[in-house]
Amino acid sequence: MQKIKPLDHLILILGVLFLFVPVLMTLMSSTHGAVEIHSGGLYITPGSDGAATYAKVLTHRGGFTGDVTGLLMLTNSLIMGLGFAIGKIALSMMAAYALVYFRFRFATLLFWMIFATLLLPLEVRIMPSYQVMSTLGLLNTYTGLIVPLLASATGTFFFRQFFKSVPDELLEAARIDGAGPIKFFIDVLVPLSKTMMAAIFIIMFIYGWNQYLWPLLMTTDESFYTLMRGIKSILQVWVGSQIPDYNEAFALAVLAMVPPVAVVVIFQRMFIKGLTESDK
Amino acid sequence: MTDTPLRIIETERTLLARFREWWSGETANPVKRVQFDRPLTPWLFILPQMAVVVIFFYWPSVQAVTSSFYIEDPFGFGSTFVGLENYQDALNSSEYMSTAAFTAFFCITVTALALGLGLLLAVKADKVIRGAETYKTLLISVYAIAPPVAGLIGMMFFDMHMGPFTQIAGWFGYELKVGINYWDTAIALITISVWKQIPYNFIFFLSGLQSVPVSVREAALIDTKSGWRRFKDVTLPLLAPTAFFLLIINITYTMFDTFPIIDVIVKDKPANNPMTLVYKVYLDGFKGNDIGGSSAQSVILMVVVALLTVLQFRFLERRVHYG
Repeated sequence: MQKIKPLDHLILILGVLFLFVPVLMTLMSSTHGAVEIHSGGLYITPGSDGAATYAKVLTHRGGFTGDVTGLLMLTNSLIMGLGFAIGKIALSMMAAYALVYFRFRFATLLFWMIFATLLLPLEVRIMPSYQVMSTLGLLNTYTGLIVPLLASATGTFFFRQFFKSVPDELLEAARIDGAGPIKFFIDVLVPLSKTMMAAIFIIMFIYGWNQYLWPLLMTTDESFYTLMRGIKSILQVWVGSQIPDYNEAFALAVLAMVPPVAVVVIFQRMFIKGLTESDK
Repeated sequence: MTDTPLRIIETERTLLARFREWWSGETANPVKRVQFDRPLTPWLFILPQMAVVVIFFYWPSVQAVTSSFYIEDPFGFGSTFVGLENYQDALNSSEYMSTAAFTAFFCITVTALALGLGLLLAVKADKVIRGAETYKTLLISVYAIAPPVAGLIGMMFFDMHMGPFTQIAGWFGYELKVGINYWDTAIALITISVWKQIPYNFIFFLSGLQSVPVSVREAALIDTKSGWRRFKDVTLPLLAPTAFFLLIINITYTMFDTFPIIDVIVKDKPANNPMTLVYKVYLDGFKGNDIGGSSAQSVILMVVVALLTVLQFRFLERRVHYG
């Protein structure tokens, strides 16, 4: 086979340095004090203030109302990630099932109506979306945080492709056995899609957890703040302070990045499969 | 079964016939040979998704289009129909044009760098055997980091007091002033956006490379000893579909998903700082309260994205059929 030159390793090591060292330095710097960082810059070795900083970030009540803690934001991010992933899988599996396995009026029209959502990302319609949400009274609710994000076709597209690849014989067999559409869905298709569901779940969890713009618009009440929203407010506090709380900002960044990174690293194989096969 | 005769039939179908198909729900090629034939059950399954799509997608989208023709009173006392004035204002303003120019520059730079570096790392990771998994894991892990977190980390690295990049620039006698100097901020935005996007491109290029059959690789190895020629004449053409797909994804990424990075770095202080068109939609709408103008900008962007997505779909369809 091909020869492997040291140069190949050198390029890869440089790539890893560029990509991963900032993450490592964030992690390490979060264990140093603010003054230490202010005078000495970023660190690549662990410091001694880690426990105190994290305890403060997780439990200290901050913000304008004095109610918001890191723990609360962590919980909200978790609700957001899980709620989005589960909602997405449920809605899109059901819609894809109707589109693939049924012959009914308007099916093609509905198909295009759902798929047209891929044309316009949320970012181009933020202003009117905000108005709609305030008309519906959904500002500062979990429903308002999660449900509108479900209005995109990525999951439906993926499950439709998957259902199309399921052999027709399964349905024929099920019909001979007298299974109706609901029984077929629950007893045959859902168990069959387990791997796909897991792959999609990982991607959607990360997507939900990492949402920034939507929580920024939807939540003014601090008890609904997610970690991403918290990053925005910690930066606003900085303006005008003598020595910014670098350590706390780093600790918040670590809290915000550890869960999705851990999910990707642990379920790497499944994650790559889901990503490359769904063509998100 | 060949494709050509089918396609001729397709073009001969009239609009009315197409509409009739839509109405009855029958398509020329049904997705399944056997399907359930119930009047109500499919609606039960599709209704939740349709409800979400109609309320949270179509309603706001229609509202964006309609309010782009109005100028809203800033205090909420009604609005006046102004036709295309909002569009003319946007397209004639030099500020909008310079933002558009920066967005184009930003898109080209970030896409080129992220694709190039992603490809380089994927080619190397595909080659090595020792440590391949470790490299892969370390390179991929950054994918899961949210853009605002990336922005925060980047902000620290470009911090004027203690940022390592500022210090490095200082060794060369250059004073890096991110957030104050236009092009310094642009450099920071590009660096962070590229950093965040490399893992995505890396994953796709690597899986593309690993699907190149061993027989093809060995045949190429016999044909030429030059690694560069093998790459240029064999690997690159085979990667072309992946690369094209990624090109569109990267353009959409730089246009839309970099929003949090810009928000963290520029921090609502747009004065003399670069930003993208999407960020301007947000600033004008939320901070400037110019709803009509913001909506007109949204609609202009919608057209751009729609074109990009159609391109992407045409391509995806091709890959499904021939790939």
